[in-house]
Amino acid sequence: MATTVHEPPQIDPHRLPDQGTSGNGGWRNMVPADGDLRVALDYSPPPSSTGIWVVLFAITMMFAAFTSALIVRKGSSLDWRTFSLPSILYFNTLLLLASSVTLEVSRRRVAAFMGGSKSHPESPARWLYITLFLGLLFVAGQYVAWSQLSAQGLYLATNPSSSFFYVLTATHALHVLGGLGGLIYVIRKLSKSALRRNTLVATARYWHFMDVLWLYLILLLWIKL
Amino acid sequence: MHDISAHAAQHHAPPTSFIRKYVFSLDHKVIGKQYYALALLAALSGMLLSWAMRIHLGWTNAAIPGLQLLSKTGAPGGVITPEYYLQLMTMHGTIMVFFVLTTAPFAAFGNFFLPIQVGAEDMPFPRFNMMSFWVTFVAFVVLMSSFFVGDGPTLGGWTQYAPLNSVGSVAGPGQGAGVVLWMTSIALFCVGQLLGALNFITTTLDLRVKGMSLMRLPLSAWAWFITSCMGLTAFAVLMPACILVILDHVAGTSFFVASNLVINDQLQPHSGGSTLLWQHLFWFFGHPEVYIAIVPGIGIVSHILITNMRKPMLSQRVLIYSMGALAVLSYMVYGHHMFVSGMNPFSSLAFSFPTLVITIPSTIVVLIWTFSLYGSKLRINSASLFALGFISMFVSGGVSGFFLAQPSIDIMLHATYFVVGHFHMVMGVAAMFGIFGGTYFWFPKMAGRMMNETLGRIHFWLSFVGTYCIFMPFHYLGMAGNVRRYSSFPEDFLQPLLPLHRFITVAALLTGAAQLIFVYNLIHSRFWGKPAPDNPWEATSLEWSTATPPPFDNFGGKHPVVYHDPFQYGVQSSVGDYVMQASPEQVKTEHEEK
Repeated sequence: MATTVHEPPQIDPHRLPDQGTSGNGGWRNMVPADGDLRVALDYSPPPSSTGIWVVLFAITMMFAAFTSALIVRKGSSLDWRTFSLPSILYFNTLLLLASSVTLEVSRRRVAAFMGGSKSHPESPARWLYITLFLGLLFVAGQYVAWSQLSAQGLYLATNPSSSFFYVLTATHALHVLGGLGGLIYVIRKLSKSALRRNTLVATARYWHFMDVLWLYLILLLWIKL
Repeated sequence: MHDISAHAAQHHAPPTSFIRKYVFSLDHKVIGKQYYALALLAALSGMLLSWAMRIHLGWTNAAIPGLQLLSKTGAPGGVITPEYYLQLMTMHGTIMVFFVLTTAPFAAFGNFFLPIQVGAEDMPFPRFNMMSFWVTFVAFVVLMSSFFVGDGPTLGGWTQYAPLNSVGSVAGPGQGAGVVLWMTSIALFCVGQLLGALNFITTTLDLRVKGMSLMRLPLSAWAWFITSCMGLTAFAVLMPACILVILDHVAGTSFFVASNLVINDQLQPHSGGSTLLWQHLFWFFGHPEVYIAIVPGIGIVSHILITNMRKPMLSQRVLIYSMGALAVLSYMVYGHHMFVSGMNPFSSLAFSFPTLVITIPSTIVVLIWTFSLYGSKLRINSASLFALGFISMFVSGGVSGFFLAQPSIDIMLHATYFVVGHFHMVMGVAAMFGIFGGTYFWFPKMAGRMMNETLGRIHFWLSFVGTYCIFMPFHYLGMAGNVRRYSSFPEDFLQPLLPLHRFITVAALLTGAAQLIFVYNLIHSRFWGKPAPDNPWEATSLEWSTATPPPFDNFGGKHPVVYHDPFQYGVQSSVGDYVMQASPEQVKTEHEEK
């Protein structure tokens, strides 16, 4: 025989709702220590940090499907033609890596500012603009790569290898454009002093993931094409 | 309960305009009802298609009044051509699998009740939630529009096998624009379900109220959570597959069409594609999809049975683990759909083994239900009857799965009515019974009124007997060699089976008509039913703690605190033989899960 009544679990009284980035705390992330939500004026939904992992998982599955399709398609016939990747792709890779660095600088400055540092709040915005610019440059660079390939007579339907090149790079570019939308949202919120830390953290995670995904893709394309 | 200030509590303010309240609503409860309405519309459409097909199978030359309005060439004078039969069949399968069996038990009930069951005011991303429904709605419109574009919808079946899905109209009516519309619709559907999964997962992990540990979630909430994890993985794979097919169609790529393929005396311009690739990508989604359809039913049925047995299941924990095992294994068995596809025979063995293994968690679930029911004083009502019906269908349909899991037997039974009977019972009718049970159980909370119990019981018995009359003979037909997807049976060896087909047709028409009782009950009760109390079933989970129907923020400006496991029945408390999760009352019981 056991009694069914349990005291609600105790939590650290110093823990505020939007502190910590793990996100998986159930009610702990929503309710301040004394259970009074009226003090939680700076209420910030931590699901964004869980949610971004969910999104990244879905994107991973999508590219895993494309990858397996590429491997199966290459092995199923002798019509696969190899070609050299346009060299601008390597320059684009550097652009994307640099944008991750600038975003990380910005994220740390916002975190320091929210933590009470007196550094100027416009400073992180400047780094965000640089990130945005680098991201746009990356997409423009991808467009140049597609133009170079089509100038060589390699179109979407020319060969399965070029089909996969266009499909993979275009799908990635679309996701980068989504990330740019996220950056614009962050900049807008920052200018209104209404940015939540979780929003910036989620956006940064997404952006860094675009980096990792691109490194994976260029490696895959380099090996398979 | 804790008071919540309006600022802190809500992600969005209560809507004021009609459009924001009922059309583009951010409220998970309205979105849940919208999903339910879409599923109902889809189910009625799918049922009408099955009626047309069944009439044609029983009486090949029968004219079906009005059908010529849908397609003059496909049904001249109302008589269905063989091609149009396949088109109707494809649409029936697609509508039912995607827009009914995925939409109703998961998206409709899950949207309405998951946030309430965890104690949240809403899903964490309400705008994505709204988009999830409207993208799904647009997907349905795109699919149905194929009836009126070109030479009608695709005829490739809901599995849309390559290469016929990629070569265009040379492969038959609907294989041009019809396929593109089908693929677009399903890709959109995937987007909708991914957005839904994002909300379901984050709601479960992050929005649980104080005291609501994961093991205190009701079984229905667990089922929706597990299903959303499956959906996240499955739909993220189907969407790129659909994109590749669309590219084969409109851009001239060769992902799925092999070299030197001649169709209808025409050499196809594609080269080198892999037809098996589509099957791999499709079934990696397709097999988990059948569990996406059935696992919410398992959760809903468990919830209903426990409430009516007035005692917990033998082990809530084992039931949860079994549902999790079904989810994981569902990704490892998909190749059993491809035993006769020309895949490496060793792969068949590799897929056969987990297929047999997956029967273990299914059997555990059924045994837990059975032994929990044993000796209980089950309250008989429409909801519990449909829950029992679910078990019956799940077992009857599941047993035939043992046979199909063996590659050697499957070679004979593949593409026969045996398979059609198997999946209709185990994931079609069973999931429908889960939807019906859930409706009779939760309607009072959703609509604020009770459904008519007598009509509910009549609906159950007619549906129960009717579906057995329809689908049990399918197994016999399959063993007699009756191939599926034939629109008529002129062959000598199939002629003796025609009377059985006619019996099935009559049963299908009557059983379908019995569903109108449900629709009448639903609509009549919505407006004129007896007003429902807050907790008509004396249930324990959080949705029954709040008002009926629940207020905009679910708990009227409060956050409940959870003190108990989800199903504390068979105890002595101040309210009866149960204690609600949100009640701080101390009771003693033997059923506490540690």
